[in-house]
Amino acid sequence: MRILAKNRGKTLLTVLFSAISVIYILPVVAVVLNSFKLNTFVKTNTFDFPNSESFAGFANFEKGMTFGNYPFLNSVIYSVIITLLSTALILLFTSMAAWYISRRNSVVCKIVYYLCIFSMVVPFQMVMFPLSKTADRLNLNSPWTIPIVYLGFGAGLAIFMFAGFVKSIPLEIEEAAAIDGCGPVRTYFSVVMPMLYPTMISVGILEIMWVWNDYLLPVLVLDINKYRTIPIHIQYLKGSYGTVDLGATMALILLSIIPVIAFYLACQKHIIKGVAAGAVKG
Amino acid sequence: MRKKKVSGGSTLRKPLVKWGWFFLGPVLLAFSIGFVWPFIQGIYLSFCEFRLISDTTFVGFENYIEVFKDGSFLHSFWYTALFAITSLVIINVLSFMVAYALTQGIKGSNLFRTVFFMPNLIGGIVLGYIWSMIFDGILSKWDTSILLESKWGFWGLIILLCWQQIGYMMIIYIAGLQSVSEDMLEAARIDGASQGQTLFNVIIPNVMPSITICTFLSLTNGFKLFDQNLALTAGQPYIIQEGGTVIKTTEMLALNIYNTFYGQSASAQGVAQAKAVVFFILVAGLGLMQLAFTRKREVQQ
Repeated sequence: MRILAKNRGKTLLTVLFSAISVIYILPVVAVVLNSFKLNTFVKTNTFDFPNSESFAGFANFEKGMTFGNYPFLNSVIYSVIITLLSTALILLFTSMAAWYISRRNSVVCKIVYYLCIFSMVVPFQMVMFPLSKTADRLNLNSPWTIPIVYLGFGAGLAIFMFAGFVKSIPLEIEEAAAIDGCGPVRTYFSVVMPMLYPTMISVGILEIMWVWNDYLLPVLVLDINKYRTIPIHIQYLKGSYGTVDLGATMALILLSIIPVIAFYLACQKHIIKGVAAGAVKG
Repeated sequence: MRKKKVSGGSTLRKPLVKWGWFFLGPVLLAFSIGFVWPFIQGIYLSFCEFRLISDTTFVGFENYIEVFKDGSFLHSFWYTALFAITSLVIINVLSFMVAYALTQGIKGSNLFRTVFFMPNLIGGIVLGYIWSMIFDGILSKWDTSILLESKWGFWGLIILLCWQQIGYMMIIYIAGLQSVSEDMLEAARIDGASQGQTLFNVIIPNVMPSITICTFLSLTNGFKLFDQNLALTAGQPYIIQEGGTVIKTTEMLALNIYNTFYGQSASAQGVAQAKAVVFFILVAGLGLMQLAFTRKREVQQ
């Protein structure tokens, strides 16, 4: 009897969660529906399917390409460049630094390590004004140079996570390499780095998610008239007109979340693992 | 064994000394540009009056006095505190319940987990616009808008944040729940504990580390919220007080600081930087307090 009741409870839970899951994806469904509607119907008939009267076809997507006086494709390209370059820089340099800090363990290294941990509790607003001025003066205001700023501001969490892993690698492996005549550089690149790949995936995913979605840092650092990332572009749609074409906005939002969802479905396991590993920072 | 480690350490350590610039150099350079220097400069500038960063006058604590006389800052402080605490409670209760249900071995758990985590990948600005469309779609039926009534702005942002973060916290809770040992649960069952008793007396004390992390994260996330706030309401609706101060009713701390720096009446950048320092102390302090408070209640393993 009890087992029967328990099974019935489980089935009920499955039904309940199925319903909640459907509600959970409704906002995304609403974006899809409204991206095919004429602007005037988005506000009044937000949750209806497009009908013969309100259906706009792909007009919203076509309009979205040049909407807001800025080509949407450019912002996609800049977002991709900035995200990939920043992530690559962070993975390469912070893993090197974390290994060096853990192995060398000198006073300077300890200071750098604690500074990194400290930087994780500092909100961006604290440094944003001086940082944007410094970046301007050093000409770090283009998509090719802003990754240096990301490396600087994002170093804390990455070094923290890499150092945590490096401590669990037995010294004997590196000793063997040293005895066989490897210098530190060779030891790092041919022995240590391959062992760090799983951590690199976790850190990389966190950095990709951060940089791709970040709004405030690029809007303050980049030269906005020339370079806009996707979040900047979407935010500036509202600023550039009095009234915004909601249909076209939803089309752009749909285009910008499709790659994110595809990325998620493709590497879901790694993403969830990476996020759980990086749960020390908000 | 011990001796070997020490000698081994030094065969590794010695050659490292020469290579410091190679391994640490790039990060140190970027870290100085991206964090250390702006941080120091930020503290210094909070004691200065300036229009250009190269032309500053030292004014002592004057900016800080201004900060605490600024009605809009005080309003955003209380608003943020209320928001952070409300969202902390709702998000943690809901995500714990979801995590608990999804670790009972029900059918489709993996699919539900995938769905609940998905919104966490969408950026704050995009989230704001998605939800402002939805809320306006609903509220227009009653001839109002999320931009017109601050209570809708508040609860709208809570709903948005729940949608974004429940899945994230759920992942941390699931990891915690899965680490509760099967032996302990069995012992509770044999002792005749009901499901409720098991939950409150065995499971919750044992997932205290996860609860620590999640409360800490949701509190600081609530305090640091910016993108979602900017994209959903940007502080609207505004009210004008008798003295002429404009209060943006749904403006949170981070947005208030941003507006003081870059808003239309941005003349007091020293004050804005002082606000940023206060904000930093608040966020860092809260994090430390929260940690100390919840650590005490953790079960010693």
